[in-house]
Amino acid sequence: MIKRIMGTETEFGIATRNPEALDPVSTSLLLINHYPSLPSTRVLWDYEHENPLLDVRGFEVEGERERPGPEYNRLLNKVLANGGRLYVDGAHPEYSTPECTNSRDVVIYEKAGDRILGQCCEHAGRIKAQDPLVVYRNNTDGKGNSYGYHENYLVDRSVPFEMLMRALTPFFVTRQIYAGSGKVGAENRMPPLPFQISQRADFFETLVDLNTMVKRPIINTRDEPHADASKYRRLHVIVGDANMAECSTYLKVGSTAIVLTMIEEKWPLPEVELEDPVRAIKEVSRDVGLKSAIRLSNGRGYTAVEIQRLYLEAAYRFFEEHEADPVTRDVLKKWNEVLNRLQEDPMQLSREIDWVIKLELIRSYMEKKQCGWGDARLAMMDLQYHDLRPEKGLYAALEKGHYVDRITTDREITHAEQNPPTDTRAYFRGTCLKKFPKEVYATSWSSILFDVGNGTIKKVPLMEPLRGTESLTRSLLESADTVEDVLNRLSM
Amino acid sequence: MIDLKGVKTLSKQEHKTDRKKEAGKKEEEGGANPKTAEKGKKIKEDLDKLMEKIDDVLEENAEEFVKNYVQKGGE
Repeated sequence: MIKRIMGTETEFGIATRNPEALDPVSTSLLLINHYPSLPSTRVLWDYEHENPLLDVRGFEVEGERERPGPEYNRLLNKVLANGGRLYVDGAHPEYSTPECTNSRDVVIYEKAGDRILGQCCEHAGRIKAQDPLVVYRNNTDGKGNSYGYHENYLVDRSVPFEMLMRALTPFFVTRQIYAGSGKVGAENRMPPLPFQISQRADFFETLVDLNTMVKRPIINTRDEPHADASKYRRLHVIVGDANMAECSTYLKVGSTAIVLTMIEEKWPLPEVELEDPVRAIKEVSRDVGLKSAIRLSNGRGYTAVEIQRLYLEAAYRFFEEHEADPVTRDVLKKWNEVLNRLQEDPMQLSREIDWVIKLELIRSYMEKKQCGWGDARLAMMDLQYHDLRPEKGLYAALEKGHYVDRITTDREITHAEQNPPTDTRAYFRGTCLKKFPKEVYATSWSSILFDVGNGTIKKVPLMEPLRGTESLTRSLLESADTVEDVLNRLSM
Repeated sequence: MIDLKGVKTLSKQEHKTDRKKEAGKKEEEGGANPKTAEKGKKIKEDLDKLMEKIDDVLEENAEEFVKNYVQKGGE
């Protein structure tokens, strides 16, 4: 079993009170360029090994690869002390967590990212005091425009993609029952309804493809491992919602990592083949009572909870025979508890699961105000649930009032803003940036380039995500006074 | 090692979703047990406080604000 490397990318929605004043690209640039706590503002993003146009099915599609000049590169990219990346992707500010090894760390680093965006907002807002900027951690504007939340999992290259696809499809279609963020209404030409489980389900139109922006697929085939391609693939999961609730993120990433481990170890997985996954993902999203059956190819029908339980049962059997780390054990326990309660009555999870928290909040408000689903304030609540400003965000208010359960502590999140995980190559990236802010010339996920003077740039490849850890590089970095020392010791 | 206690293992019979049975069940729902009801009451009181808070923070002109919230597709 390889240790799983994982991380997520979140694109944020942005708004100002005066919509005419909002050019999304320049506003995104304004935001990320106001983050006050960067180790260096000079670091470039090294695009050399990036190629999002490569498909796992063995071809490369046509398209322009991103190669900005140095000045624009610096405007677009901020490499963070925690080893993550803050950047502008298209018309949105985006944050990538550093590489993590477990779902708990993913939650912590996602929350650290929210704080980073919150600070961008606050500082950029000072120069536009009359027109405050708002950043939302959600996935749609409610008018047919979606922006992504992507999970990444390093997977053994020897696992055939076909096998991943077959095993993951029913899992991805159904995991929204604990990982959906909830949405008022429908879009993308789907029939209207008051509320649904997932922000993103309306947007999935095909089962497998390389696209992420149009005709979105449940299984994305981008083949860009950011690591040794002969050993690894990076499974790029675009089907999920960005969550506010810690428990939803924790289970979403934790259960997916467990399923991937079982696939890699060729463990028998539930033999459920959905008759029509694209239809099913929308049906599940629209079934807030969680009682409808999804049609399988063999004509039978299982509910989403039952399909999830089949995966959970396989996982329990697997971990009877294999060692599980503490986070995996805890994820299994919570996954089981959550499925039991979803089966009984999903509304019991109004402290843990995003879509239930949101739905409960809206229903309570409707009752209090005696208003119906057509009331504009409900769509506002849906949006404002995701507002990252502590004084305005509804999720933030729920958290502050202890209405929701936490997985992490504030202290861990504060620490994660400025410190990388210790058990992946993010440690080396983040620590070098903090120790040698002037000498780090550029970074990417799989490299770090040092300016050693006299116009000479030296590149340290980081093709192995499990190297560059604290235990492997701390003493080397601590005892090195200069970048030359680091390079000399690395080449020894 | 994992303790399997508490994992509800579904029998094959239970896996089959009997739609008629489920439909009947839906109508019966709503009768919560007293403990849940008490917990529910407490949550309700808390929520009442929260509702006031929502009115305080909710953006003014909700309809206008939501209408103006238009993003470029991303990813």
